[in-house]
Amino acid sequence: MTPFVPIARSRSAAADRVFNLVTAGAAWLVLILLGATAASMAWGGRLAFETFGLGFITSTDWDAVGGKFGALVPIYGTIVTSIIALVIAVPVSLGIALFLTDIAPRWIRGPIGIAVELLAAIPSIIYGMWGLFVFAPFMARHVDPWLNDTLGPLPVIGGIFTGPPIGIGMLTAGIVLGIMVIPFIAAVARDVFNAVPPPLKESAVALGSTRWEVLSRVTLPYARSAVIGAIFLGLGRALGETMAVTFVLGNAHDLSISLLMPSNSIAAAIANEFTEADAELYRSALVALAFLLFVVTFIVLSAAKLLLLRINRAHGRTH
Amino acid sequence: MKAMAFAAATAALFVSACGTQGGNQAGGGAGASQAQITGAGSTFVYPVLSAWAADYQKQSGAKVNYQSIGSGGGISQVKAGTVDFGASDQPLSSEELAQSNLAQFPVVIGGIVAVTNLTGIAPGKLRLTGPLLADIFAGKVKTWNDPSIVRINPGVNLPSAAIAVVHRSDGSGTTFNFTHYLSQVSSTWKSGPGEGKTVAWPTGVGGKGNEGVAAYVKQLPNSIGYVEYAYVLQNGMNYASLQNAAGNFVLPNAETFSSAAETADWAKAQDFNLVMTNAAGANAYPLTATTFILMPKSPKDAAQSKAALDFFRFALDKGQDQAKKLDYVPLPQALVKQIEDYIARTIK
Repeated sequence: MTPFVPIARSRSAAADRVFNLVTAGAAWLVLILLGATAASMAWGGRLAFETFGLGFITSTDWDAVGGKFGALVPIYGTIVTSIIALVIAVPVSLGIALFLTDIAPRWIRGPIGIAVELLAAIPSIIYGMWGLFVFAPFMARHVDPWLNDTLGPLPVIGGIFTGPPIGIGMLTAGIVLGIMVIPFIAAVARDVFNAVPPPLKESAVALGSTRWEVLSRVTLPYARSAVIGAIFLGLGRALGETMAVTFVLGNAHDLSISLLMPSNSIAAAIANEFTEADAELYRSALVALAFLLFVVTFIVLSAAKLLLLRINRAHGRTH
Repeated sequence: MKAMAFAAATAALFVSACGTQGGNQAGGGAGASQAQITGAGSTFVYPVLSAWAADYQKQSGAKVNYQSIGSGGGISQVKAGTVDFGASDQPLSSEELAQSNLAQFPVVIGGIVAVTNLTGIAPGKLRLTGPLLADIFAGKVKTWNDPSIVRINPGVNLPSAAIAVVHRSDGSGTTFNFTHYLSQVSSTWKSGPGEGKTVAWPTGVGGKGNEGVAAYVKQLPNSIGYVEYAYVLQNGMNYASLQNAAGNFVLPNAETFSSAAETADWAKAQDFNLVMTNAAGANAYPLTATTFILMPKSPKDAAQSKAALDFFRFALDKGQDQAKKLDYVPLPQALVKQIEDYIARTIK
């Protein structure tokens, strides 16, 4: 035994301990910040929660003059627009990612990849202006009347697509949101698909698989958990998006089954009303809304995590 | 936009801290010409205030830094003493002024216009009464060819289309003045949505800011909304004439706004606590509004307060032409005189 080995070992052990502490500190900092944010929002909204109790979540009232507040409409609007956004963004994003990694000729991958990333760099206010001045009139003139005529008369789902053709409402907001989250999902999905080991794909091709079979049986299953992670990154952005939504959502505290009707979202309501909320209860109700957005996001992300665990267990995988 | 307003609020805090420092130094001997006057509040008055500020700086060298963070923000900032003056579209009551030891006076007049998107009807040709306007915004009158609209519009070709109502989605002094008027002329509106910077609108879509409402009305056929007068001119919008308290149908313009300001009973209103809507004059436009300046009666920093007052004296005397250029309406001479007396009497 040379005397140097234990010394070297203890030194590296001390360095390891410091390193552990630093990384653990960084991780805990996030948790503490998160906890503190949630706690301060719950505290700020306590007056609203005390005054209205559970009714704050189930009531559709929003009357600043009468001092009656309920969060059901903004919660509903937030969730519905985000679902529409995902329904549009997920297939398009995965299509972009698969095209870029497996199908497109090499020379075109760079330009399209950069274009997708540039989409992510456009400020949301620009999406809002575009939505209001360009997209909403298009919806009002072409899409809304068409939906009213073709899907409107159908039983059961008809009500969802019936409404005044004003081009402003949950459907328009959802589509704009969808366009906004496409780059987030597509960029992550592309990187993930690129990480699929080529030998796997090559073996599949060697066994006589078509391109579609390679995509659906090798690439997608291999990248499944990361893709779901990417989708929820996009969902998180859609839930909290403010400016673009407020321009095209109509900002009306009305609960409606129809996607063509105006509604409100949590983030939009806060942004619209906070500066002029001069009554104590009014301000508290807005902070309580912020807390509820936090809760909604938490529930959605937990559900996603559970779903992921389920899928992985069903396929006998551990990561 | 609101994120910007938020940033502006923080900026106002920061700037005002610097401003007070500058003021102290000015008091210390650098001379009042170095003063930096700070204010915050109403977005309605922002264009004309910044024009005045630029003119005033050329003339006197004093800088006016105004942050348009909204009337509510302006009130709370001036109460907290972080700015030299606040600006609000909604006057404070004498009791509230006394509580925070504030003085209040109007600076400029503007109007709110019922804008429409109706093809085949020339601007101003559509006539509406106050109660009818209230019923439309309450969703009770649903179509343009409703008998109550047809009756007062003989010879006007009204479409048999549903009325699309557009209102503000953000809290706003414009909404306050508009709903104040509706509450005055319609008892059902008063007991229903009532008056306030945001109310529970029974129907319609909400546009963000005057520009949001203007954009919605321009895009939605058969819609009606309300915006400040300047937006009507800038966007070339169609609008309705309104029946005033004297029973005449009047168009929104500088003349009818002035007429409302002249016939409003300012002399009796303590601390100018008066909302001008539904004024009595034969030619008065019923949706005339004004912005009020709030200042501490006994300011901590007398030099700063004096600098701010000098600025407003300049604005009231020489700034009214500038106001006209920006589609505001100058205050009537008699009112300017009253304000100058009031300032001399109440602010030390």
